Amino acid sequence: MAVTQEHPPVALGNTPRDLHDEAAESTRLISPLEIFRIAWEGILRNKIRSLLTMLGVIIGVAAVIVMIAISAGTEATIADQIKGLGANLLFIQASFGRGGPGGNETGPMLTYDDVAIVAGINGVVGTSVEMPTNQPVKANGTTLTDVQLVGTTPDYPSVREVSLADGRFLNEQDMDRKTKVAVLGAGVAQEIFGDADPIGQSITVDNVKLTVVGVMADKGVVGNTDFDARVYVPITLVYSRFVPSQFARFVGDRVQLIFAQIDENANLDDVKTQIQLKLASSKGISVSELPFTMQTQDDIIETQGAATEAFRNLLAWVAGVSLIVGGIGIMNIMLVSVTERTREIGIRQSVGATPNDIRLQFLAEALMLSLVGGLIGIAAGVAGAILFGATSDMRTVIVPGSIVLAFASAAAIGVFFGFYPANKAAQLDPIDALRHE
Amino acid sequence: MVPIIQTEGLRKIYEMGSVQVKALDGVDIRIDVGEFVAVMGSSGSGKSTLMNILGCLDRPTEGQYFLAGEDVSGLNKVQLAAIRNRQLGFIFQSFNLLARTSALRNVMLPLVYKRNGRGLSTDEREERAMAALEAVGLADRADHEPNELSGGQRQRVAIARALVNDPALIMADEPTGNLDTRTGEEIMEILHDLHARGRTIVMVTHEPHIAAQTQRTITMVDGRIATADAQEEEPQWQ
Ligand SMILES: Nc1ncnc2c1ncn2[C@@H]1O[C@H](COP(=O)(O)OP(=O)(O)OP(=O)(O)O)[C@@H](O)[C@H]1O
Ligand SMILES: [Mg+2]
Repeated sequence: MAVTQEHPPVALGNTPRDLHDEAAESTRLISPLEIFRIAWEGILRNKIRSLLTMLGVIIGVAAVIVMIAISAGTEATIADQIKGLGANLLFIQASFGRGGPGGNETGPMLTYDDVAIVAGINGVVGTSVEMPTNQPVKANGTTLTDVQLVGTTPDYPSVREVSLADGRFLNEQDMDRKTKVAVLGAGVAQEIFGDADPIGQSITVDNVKLTVVGVMADKGVVGNTDFDARVYVPITLVYSRFVPSQFARFVGDRVQLIFAQIDENANLDDVKTQIQLKLASSKGISVSELPFTMQTQDDIIETQGAATEAFRNLLAWVAGVSLIVGGIGIMNIMLVSVTERTREIGIRQSVGATPNDIRLQFLAEALMLSLVGGLIGIAAGVAGAILFGATSDMRTVIVPGSIVLAFASAAAIGVFFGFYPANKAAQLDPIDALRHE
Repeated sequence: MVPIIQTEGLRKIYEMGSVQVKALDGVDIRIDVGEFVAVMGSSGSGKSTLMNILGCLDRPTEGQYFLAGEDVSGLNKVQLAAIRNRQLGFIFQSFNLLARTSALRNVMLPLVYKRNGRGLSTDEREERAMAALEAVGLADRADHEPNELSGGQRQRVAIARALVNDPALIMADEPTGNLDTRTGEEIMEILHDLHARGRTIVMVTHEPHIAAQTQRTITMVDGRIATADAQEEEPQWQ
């Protein structure tokens, strides 16, 4: 082979001006597509390591989605139950120490007579009342300590939207005559009588013999109340036999809770004001001295919501921490990866990669790892939430916002925790990187 | 004509604790456009150190380096990266190919970081990388990864990579050092061809018969130039 002179020597074309222009061009980004392609190749080149890196993010994102689904499910369950207490209810609750058990019996109290006043107000379509007292129940050879004996009125099932499984509920006659009858909650009936028919049987409550006239349908636990563990008796009987008060003839029989069912079309605030005014005038006191508070179901849902907020916050913390741990995992592996791939970085630099090219490559890799991890995490989280809801007693509600939140946090974490390793890679000197063993 | 490479008093000093290693100790060289120059010298004499500085991979501790008349000592990392990308092709003794990456993708690498002029589409890049592979006779191995190639084939891929951006200057640090004699000759043929097409080549070698194929040999001893005889006679391999 001979050296031919056909080709003139190739000279560098760079004048100082060229170099200047070149430097300006070198700050231009290479195509983003190419950056992501390089990053993607980097991920594929070490699949196991990439998967392990993503694992933290997968778990974190899945945790966020499952946790939020559980707490949203819990809230939805509570809201449903409260709605299930009856439609458009106003809860008139005796203030603590003002007629409640053990309270001061001499001040103004919420009394049984007030029920009639409330019932007479425009916009109130029904009322019921509860006077609970805890009593031991003996029957059929078994003793149940601490059954909630609830004195109530015939309106109770319609106002509270509970239904009878068998027999009848209390009626007006029972009220007037203080009949010794009882309606059993489903759980109590089951515990005492098993599969036998309880109607017509008798139970003994605090030495008073009561005849069972009805059994309630299953209702379950709502809030703090286990409806199935209750026994209903005429409220008049409670006053005369179970919580007699020597003050009753002066101030009336106290009640703890009055339920007022409000007409759908009535203005709730007007009805509330009416109740306050009428009760205040009947007691001869000012509205501010009224011994009760009024709450709607929405108020109660809100209060319950506040209670579950602590739970929700805890879950959010757990999920957040697992996301951060996932991010640290990415940083950890990225740092190892930068060290492992120092030679690759040197090779890229030797053919013209700028520090920024290298930084973007590793940032893109971290971002893609966290985004792919995020997507897998979303799939796992949604599947996990559905599975959890199906296999446990707890309900789960997948909140679309939680998916967006989890995905966005995954991306943010990828960039945040990818930045340090990427910067470290970018700062390598070409010759040091090439010499790296 | 302005020499493509000119250095003045290049020094590279490594501080190893209290000991100073003078890898380069005042190197003045001048290489003209279109020359094919061999660099020889015993191990540790500073050949690689010089090549790395000339290839803009490293910076001298002291002294100046004029590339086509432009002082590159003061350029920043980004500017040096652009020079490596456009003006220089570097061939290493150990090939330095990206593992688990096809020959074609390896050759495309300099094009990925090329940003002067208009950008190249992926198709154009592939076309040019393919042409470079063809030039080194490896078109049929485009899809092979480095570990599926022989040493000589790997070095040819590395040469194709060095060529793909059409640089004026090719730096080769012991390009045949890891290859047997026959394969080394194949590589030399490619380099001769490149030289014939007008490129300037600076090549480090330990083998006298390889050095003899070039136009001129620079010999290094302890970080200095022993002889830099531009008037050297006709290449002996002819
Ligand atoms: N990064 C470094 N740190 C410290 N000393 C170094 C470094 N690189 C090179 N040296 C020293 O500089 C001197 C020149 O090294 P260089 O690699 O340039 O030699 P060389 O001529 O290429 O040798 P060889 O023929 O074995 O490749 C040696 O003494 C070496 O030990
Ligand atoms: Mg060397």
